[in-house]
Amino acid sequence: MRVNYQAIRVIYKYEMLRAWNTLLQSVASPVISTSLYFVVFGAAIGSRIEEIDGVSYGVFIVPGLVMLSLLTQSIANASFGIFFPKFTGSIYEVMSAPISFFEIVVGYVGAAASKSLILGVIILLTANLFIDLNIAHPFVMVLFLVLTCVSFALFGFIIGLWATNFEKLQLIPMLVITPLVFLGGSFYSVSMLPPAWQTVTLFNPVLYLISGFRWSFFEVADVSVAVSLAMISLFLVVCLVLVWWMFKTGYRLKQ
Amino acid sequence: MKSIVKIEALSKVYASGHQALSRVDLEIRQGEILALLGPNGAGKTTLISIICGIVSASTGSVSVAGYDIVRDYRQTRDLIGLVPQELTLGAFDTVWNSVNFSRGLFGKSSDPAYLEQLLKDLSLWDKRDSELRELSGGMKRRVLIAKALSHEPRILFLDEPTAGVDVELRQDMWKMVRKLNDSGVTIILTTHYIEEAEEIADRVGIISEGRLLLVEDKQCLMQKLGTKQLLIELRQAIDAVPAALADYSLELSADRYHLVYTYDTQSERTGITSLLQALHGTGLSLKDLKSSQSSLEQIFVSLVSAK
Repeated sequence: MRVNYQAIRVIYKYEMLRAWNTLLQSVASPVISTSLYFVVFGAAIGSRIEEIDGVSYGVFIVPGLVMLSLLTQSIANASFGIFFPKFTGSIYEVMSAPISFFEIVVGYVGAAASKSLILGVIILLTANLFIDLNIAHPFVMVLFLVLTCVSFALFGFIIGLWATNFEKLQLIPMLVITPLVFLGGSFYSVSMLPPAWQTVTLFNPVLYLISGFRWSFFEVADVSVAVSLAMISLFLVVCLVLVWWMFKTGYRLKQ
Repeated sequence: MKSIVKIEALSKVYASGHQALSRVDLEIRQGEILALLGPNGAGKTTLISIICGIVSASTGSVSVAGYDIVRDYRQTRDLIGLVPQELTLGAFDTVWNSVNFSRGLFGKSSDPAYLEQLLKDLSLWDKRDSELRELSGGMKRRVLIAKALSHEPRILFLDEPTAGVDVELRQDMWKMVRKLNDSGVTIILTTHYIEEAEEIADRVGIISEGRLLLVEDKQCLMQKLGTKQLLIELRQAIDAVPAALADYSLELSADRYHLVYTYDTQSERTGITSLLQALHGTGLSLKDLKSSQSSLEQIFVSLVSAK
């Protein structure tokens, strides 16, 4: 099978360049917002909160903070990357090029995932300035990082294809993702909730992500790490199937 | 001549129910300049979009250089360059990056020398570092052409290339089209300006309401369907067409010095001889005779309205 590597390369490069051109927004803003979270939750409020499962509060929130940025940025990057050419009409070029849908996805999603991966590392480094960060299982941590970046970039790509206007583009990140992240235990342990709400929280897919990711740092988790991995893999598969279906039907691209 | 694009029984019905094309058959010859002529909404853009892979056909098939556009899309698209009708460009990338991006999309390794020459030919070299959103409409059109040519296509589609384009760019564009054509590139352009088709095309296809009404060599078309007019200039003004000439349905011009006789070059007898004899009989004195061919525009209007 012939693969148009050159096309994947230029799409990837083009998308990465877009981040480079908006470096301030891409890098400075997450660094600043992470720092702010640390000032507020770590130093100001955190000092008055007891340790959670033997981990000080300022340290406890790090994995949640990283996930918060990763999820929102993966989706934002990938959805905008495919939505904007659709919006300007310049997508005609990609569609008339000798390139398969698979290659288009690899280019756009690969770039978006890479960007959030870099972002995740930057946030961890920033966090390291405020607290002493020990990672118990570095390999598992990286695995969670990569899986999250890729699957949510895929999800963002789907949103970008689905959205027919800027409002729709913002709709799911604002109304679905942000609440799920905040209610998924980014800033607290599920065990701190009343029992009824603990059960409700188990239906939040983001909980599994944050829990598993936190386990890789502190070996402290709300659900077992195997379940977490299974859930994120399931999400990845669902996104892949959706993208495959979009490809088959030419959804929102081909009339 | 060998055909390079073969379109068979191609139909397209959009999800809205609009039938954009109905059973179009067309062979595009290698190395020709084909103009697809038709009013807005005739289906020209849909036809091009299907060949280029932007719209999928409802029924029918298209092959390019023997390859099917769906099954062997990589081979067919390798050969094709498309200049779209709308100024659909990104906003924040530079001209140079944009054309390099296009070349890469088509799987070609970078070739700065070729792209430099291309931008120079299109008077874009000075603008290579400008962002696309800063360019004027005419410049954007040039960039679209550069992008379409960036991968050295063998077939170039120009969709309404002169819509909103000034005289200078139009001249440049035709020069470029002729040059490309001389180097063997097959050119298909759509237009609703008849003069354009007349000026540049080897063959003309006429589309109306999704149907390809005819495809003919331009010369042939004009000869075949063309009526001619014989302009008879008189020495003295007359008030009315003499009764003896009533059979010829002559028109008297407003200045009353000219009689206009319209005849069909196709018919066996043009009626010119008998008209002249009849004229002689009326005793009118002639100053001059002039014949003129009908333009493609007249042919077009008569075809579309005859349908």
